[in-house]
Amino acid sequence: MNNNRRIVPIGPYHPLQEEPEFFKLFVEGEKVVDIEINIGYNHRGHEYISPKLTFEQIPFLVERICGICSNSHPLAFVLAVEDAAHIKVPERAQYLRSIVHELERIHSHLLWLGLAGHFIGYNTVWMWAWRYREPILDLFEMITGNRNHYAMNKIGGVRHNIEASQIPQIESCLNLAEQKIAMFTKAILDDPVIRARLENVGILPKEIAISYGVLGPTARASGVAIDVRKDDPHCAYDKVNWNMIVFTEGDILAKAKVRLLECFESIKIIRQCLKQLPDGPIENRIEEIPAGEGCGRAEAPRGEVFHYVRTDGSNHPVRHKVRAPSFMNLPSNEYAVKGYSIADAALCLAAIDPCYCCTERIAVFSEGKQIYTGKELLKLSWQKTEYLKSKYRK
Amino acid sequence: MNDIINQIQQELIIKFPEANIYKHNDRRYYISIPKRKIKEMALFLYQDKGFRLSIATGIDTRDGFEIIYHFSMDKFGTYFNIKVLISKEDPIIESITPILAAANWIEREIHELLGIDFQGHPNLKPLLTAEDWPEEKFPLRRDYEQ
Repeated sequence: MNNNRRIVPIGPYHPLQEEPEFFKLFVEGEKVVDIEINIGYNHRGHEYISPKLTFEQIPFLVERICGICSNSHPLAFVLAVEDAAHIKVPERAQYLRSIVHELERIHSHLLWLGLAGHFIGYNTVWMWAWRYREPILDLFEMITGNRNHYAMNKIGGVRHNIEASQIPQIESCLNLAEQKIAMFTKAILDDPVIRARLENVGILPKEIAISYGVLGPTARASGVAIDVRKDDPHCAYDKVNWNMIVFTEGDILAKAKVRLLECFESIKIIRQCLKQLPDGPIENRIEEIPAGEGCGRAEAPRGEVFHYVRTDGSNHPVRHKVRAPSFMNLPSNEYAVKGYSIADAALCLAAIDPCYCCTERIAVFSEGKQIYTGKELLKLSWQKTEYLKSKYRK
Repeated sequence: MNDIINQIQQELIIKFPEANIYKHNDRRYYISIPKRKIKEMALFLYQDKGFRLSIATGIDTRDGFEIIYHFSMDKFGTYFNIKVLISKEDPIIESITPILAAANWIEREIHELLGIDFQGHPNLKPLLTAEDWPEEKFPLRRDYEQ
């Protein structure tokens, strides 16, 4: 083993991130040469619990897999059961599903943007992104009664309707969000320090992205044009006009750009859905689920959520498989982090949006003797920032 | 769109005469093959035809352990679900991780939750269960008791 190699542990607990994960970074100097990823701190056995519940109860269970994509999991689950049992969903319900699903994407992307800003030390970005995320959460409360865990989807339709009187409020909120996200996009893409931190860092090339099977913005930033909403249209996505955002660079800046621009597409989708919203029932009554099997997929903010359900004619499934996008995206860090500095590694790990980083304090030792004090390190850091600024300032 | 999927289906029948194909609808196919063919099938779908391995599902059934490999053809939104059956007495199957990095974690998960041995996997360490989880206890088996 190389004598210069050291281990820097990140995790498993950190007050900032969404879920506990443990990254073991093997470093030589400042450079990351290898990584070991440990997960499982949050294993709650959903696949074991699910076959013990009824079809009516499971959407509430899978909703609690994640507090951020708490619409994607129930949606994928009901789509899987509807696929298995050939259930038709009323058109109005299709539109309502799309509207809530896109609102979720906007709030999740703004959350990521805020965290990413916080990770690179731009707390203003964090505060502002989360401030304009709040009205979106208020919309959820107005539509479904909850800011999180919306309980929107059920087999055969949705639980909550959108009244005509609520539409103006949704539209005015979207107008505000659009304006603010446009401001962010410009501010972030113009900032020399943000560019210096994100550009050409954590590159995931297309062929590696394909072999790891990565999904969502992580894939689309590496030139892999996949999006369940386009490829396997569900809900109302084939009835409205929108574009898939794809970049080919594969670096963190591309991932940020994908997420920022996707917010505009989501706003576009919601506006069209509200305009075209047909009248009619919001659910079909389901008598029983016959024996069979089905696959359901929904495009969560982080990528494709996949649910597989096998039924036997009783009121609960025999087997229910859940696959969240981070399960495929996380292993790709094995590639994306190597070769960059520790400071970049923190952001690379956050770029796929499980959001984790913690390098607030460092100390440099050589043969047991401290060679830099805190103040000197700070000075080094300022020098580097100045250098990067001058490099990217035209 | 269906032409290309049909063509792949025809090629698959010629290459794997023992495959049993069930078409649920235009976008969902269920294909049963013997377990010794899984690596060949993964090569055919992933390398020749450009499918993406979405995930795999392990199920404890009456006849044995069933693994379903969910392969996705994203361009057409089509899923090819490849089913293999493994006997309970001898729960061993060849790993497809060496040819497909995407299978790495899910094979580890099925290994620890169902107790299936993936031969040729580079690192079959437990992925999700706690460090002190007993070795011969598999939560997704039918005979599991808490």
